[in-house]
Amino acid sequence: MFGYYLDMALRSLKRNRVLTGLMVLALALGIGASMTTLTVFASLSADPLPEKSSQLFYVQVDPYPKNEPFSRSGKLPWLMSYIDAMNLLHAGRAERQAAMALSKVKLTPENAQQRPFFSDGVMTTADFFGMFDVPFQYGSGWSAGDDEARAKVVVIAGLLNDRLFGGANSVGRILRIGDQAFRIIGVLRPWAPQPHFYSLYLGGRDYGAGDAVFLPLQSARAIGQMPINLFSYAAGDKQKLETAPSTWLGFWVQLPNTEAASAYRSFLGDYVRQQVALGRFQRSDAGLSSLMQWLRDQKVVPDNVRVQMGMAFSFLLICIVNTVGLLLAKCLRRSAEISVRRALGASRAAIFMQFMVEASLVGMAGGLLGLVFAELGLWCIRRQPAEYASLAQLDVRMFVSTFAVALVASLIAGILPAWRACAMAPAPQLKSA
Amino acid sequence: MDIRPILITLRRHKFTCCLLVLQIAFTCAIVCNTIFLIGQRLDRMHVVSGIAEQELVYVELADIGTRTDGDARIAADLAGLQSIPGVKAAALLNQLPFNLGSDNFDVRTDPAQRIAPLNAAQYMGENLVKTLGVRLEEGRDLRPEEYIDLSAVNTLLSQKQYDKLPAVVLITRAMADRLWPGQEALGKQIYVGQGLPFTVVGVMANLIRPGMDRMGPGVQYSTVWPIRMPMLSGTAYAIRCAAQDCDQVLKTALVKLKKLDPNRIVLEKDTMEQHRSDFFQNDRAMTGILVAVCIALLVVTSLGIVGLASFWVSQRNRSIGVRRALGATRGNILRYFQTENFLLTTMGIALGMVLAYGINLFLIVHYELPRMPVTYFPVGALILWAIGQAAVLGPALRAAAVPPVVATRTV
Repeated sequence: MFGYYLDMALRSLKRNRVLTGLMVLALALGIGASMTTLTVFASLSADPLPEKSSQLFYVQVDPYPKNEPFSRSGKLPWLMSYIDAMNLLHAGRAERQAAMALSKVKLTPENAQQRPFFSDGVMTTADFFGMFDVPFQYGSGWSAGDDEARAKVVVIAGLLNDRLFGGANSVGRILRIGDQAFRIIGVLRPWAPQPHFYSLYLGGRDYGAGDAVFLPLQSARAIGQMPINLFSYAAGDKQKLETAPSTWLGFWVQLPNTEAASAYRSFLGDYVRQQVALGRFQRSDAGLSSLMQWLRDQKVVPDNVRVQMGMAFSFLLICIVNTVGLLLAKCLRRSAEISVRRALGASRAAIFMQFMVEASLVGMAGGLLGLVFAELGLWCIRRQPAEYASLAQLDVRMFVSTFAVALVASLIAGILPAWRACAMAPAPQLKSA
Repeated sequence: MDIRPILITLRRHKFTCCLLVLQIAFTCAIVCNTIFLIGQRLDRMHVVSGIAEQELVYVELADIGTRTDGDARIAADLAGLQSIPGVKAAALLNQLPFNLGSDNFDVRTDPAQRIAPLNAAQYMGENLVKTLGVRLEEGRDLRPEEYIDLSAVNTLLSQKQYDKLPAVVLITRAMADRLWPGQEALGKQIYVGQGLPFTVVGVMANLIRPGMDRMGPGVQYSTVWPIRMPMLSGTAYAIRCAAQDCDQVLKTALVKLKKLDPNRIVLEKDTMEQHRSDFFQNDRAMTGILVAVCIALLVVTSLGIVGLASFWVSQRNRSIGVRRALGATRGNILRYFQTENFLLTTMGIALGMVLAYGINLFLIVHYELPRMPVTYFPVGALILWAIGQAAVLGPALRAAAVPPVVATRTV
């Protein structure tokens, strides 16, 4: 029976090529636009570390004075001062913990022909690599002892290794940072979690290529590396960051389960109250947000992308309404044909099925063309100046969902006309014809 | 024209009419809001900077690091830059307009204020007003003898010798109006940090503050301080020259700076016009997308109208023939379909206005957008009426062309 419906649907669609073309085109435009923006949204709001994210938490405390608060709506400061970060780091109450800041790093290649250049650097502490499951190609990270000893060691990204050493195992070689020699102890495999959750508010990009150089925090500070972002909560010398009343570090902890998380939360509460008692803090609130919560709260997905998605889906809605109208017009026009079929014994269900098959054919054609439009849309997005541009790629999941969306959209569009068609009383139509 | 027969006919096609009205309503609501969003972007992109954009180029060099001869180096650089033919002025600034990030601080008019009335950008660098081409509306520019090195400021602050700090500052007209509405700003004091007073000696017409996140209200809240900058990360040389010399001066400046110290790295260099254009590139791309969506929406809706109107015309072929046979002119038939479309569009627009208002409220709550001015509603209505009439014209003309003889045929 399905084959017969299919044949009937094809005939009906062919009979009115312009109308069919209009329906398919409108549906395809709507689906193309929705899938383009949905793909961008999905890749921007994805989990950057799917295996680990539930164990990772971002810590916030508030050293700002009450009369000059960080935010008037009571938000906690984004970053942490050096003193607090070191206190929490040395307390070691989490399974792993690390403080981090971004810094522009000047690299001077050994090869005299290559000119010095600047790279994106991360100043951090030993647990960074283990906590974030950073994959190593050669060597490994540094130890807490290296942190304390201000060891001149460095971990570099694979891309930088390719550029400087032609991709060879460079562990043990020397990298000149500023005018100091650092020993390479590790080379990373490509690693760029999207979004760059660990560097929100540290002054880097939220999306795109990963960082190139990873330095022990104290060693980097010893050679005068400055963080890109710095927020001051009182007057002070911004050059002496270790004592300055400034926040410039992000602080992450790894807490393997909910007990550990609640234990850490109470430890954090104690710490903040202690700081209030000491007179360092005036506010006893603290924040411990899981990775995904932190990304959601900070609205890491740009508003532009949300607005675009909202518009695209409204557009799809209009396209569906449009298709409903056109299908309805088509079905009313065929009242004579429907009446003849009913008179010859077709049930209401059969008529309903026939029209739904026709609608889903329109939907499938719309989906196919919509896929072309989506690819075109994503190509346009990739040419945009936004930092997330390179992430706009259609994957299998989105490929399948395009057809799902198209089918659902066309079936929704088909219900009303099909119902109208099957509810039609055959006798009056036959009489007039 | 009597619209009653039209309404009676439409009642026999409730479903299709409702769908068309609904489609027009959605389109109207979304088009109104999209045009509003486009307007917002255009306003942002056309913000007044208060500086001589066409006459400026800039060079940002990498931090030289802690060198003892840093200040002498900067003096040599500035002298070198000023000696380039065509250069009118040069300055080392802590931040440039149209930078993505910004240095800001809270400003109070009374040290006892719990909440600061506003937050402003902090510009520093000797000779800034002349180099950027900022226009002073009142008062005077900062004097050379008032300038002090940033390192000296830090030392004075850490030693709590607040009385030795320079006590003058320039503010913008927008700040003056916000801090002391209707009053003379010159000679008034602003309080910064732990209640340190600074006297306003000049009011600038406009000076845009840097920072992508500062583009909203208060975009002109900027201050200029008599502080000389060392070479730090983020500092840049701004160079003013005649508009037509910009490219040449930038090239020469780079050669000159390289000659003074071949080992440094140029992080960024460009004309201020390009810097501004780069700053707004995301807004430009977004505007393009919004315009495209708007056009696509209108096209789809008009195609829908064409489709439904054609269907109606072919369905009513016979009644049109009868009307024509009974003496209706072609014009009557044409106007009948046009009026029908006008009625449906008007209903759609009425519903669309309510929806548009709802969407706007949603955007206000979720995206901190301002309320949509009422002027956008009639714009949306006019566009849809025009689209509706244009779309129905073809089918209506076909209807008008139906000959009266059709009435005599059975089918």
